[in-house]
Amino acid sequence: MARSVWKGPFVDGYLLKKAERARGSGRNEVIKMWSRRSTILPQFVGLTFGVHNGHKFIPVLVTENMVGHKFGEFAPTRAFHGHSGDKKAVKAKE
Amino acid sequence: MARIAGVNIPTAKRVVIALQYIHGIGPALAGQIMEKAGLPLAKRVSQLTEDEVVRIREIIDREHKVEGDLRREVAMNIKRLMDLGCYRGLRHRKGLPVRGQRTHTNARTRKGRGRAIAGKKIATKK
Repeated sequence: MARSVWKGPFVDGYLLKKAERARGSGRNEVIKMWSRRSTILPQFVGLTFGVHNGHKFIPVLVTENMVGHKFGEFAPTRAFHGHSGDKKAVKAKE
Repeated sequence: MARIAGVNIPTAKRVVIALQYIHGIGPALAGQIMEKAGLPLAKRVSQLTEDEVVRIREIIDREHKVEGDLRREVAMNIKRLMDLGCYRGLRHRKGLPVRGQRTHTNARTRKGRGRAIAGKKIATKK
């Protein structure tokens, strides 16, 4: 079920501060963050976030289309390398 | 013979049923359209007057997205997810279930018919 509108989008507070600071500094560096559950807000567009996938930080450049999704959706937590002896899967690996 | 929303031409059936041959119109929408057009449910397509056909056509054109337009919209939505590189897009790309269903077994609708695994022993009946 979708989240109630009256609650507004969920974002961990520290992200807003981090994003603001990154905006202010001007340089486009990866903002490391663990908050995969946070919604991507319009003010994050254009910034690059390093979203933790439990192992390392996946750089995610936020575009306009991503607004409304969660950060976690862009950093897969599972690595599937195909089954043994399955030649096709190895080729299809990204 | 009635052409509504492009290709639809089932003649002998009741109009509520015939409307459901259009992609994007199901039982609920068909009922609503009948009500709006002021037609009795028992009416058959062959008994429709020219005027009534026009009325149905107008309601569908004005208020509902059907057939090609609807298909295009759905395809665009899926394409958006795929281009975005988000989890749901990846699942669409790989042809696996998108909404968190299990894939250990089942998921045959998305995965298609089973593929043989090399070297797997076939279970023999005693």
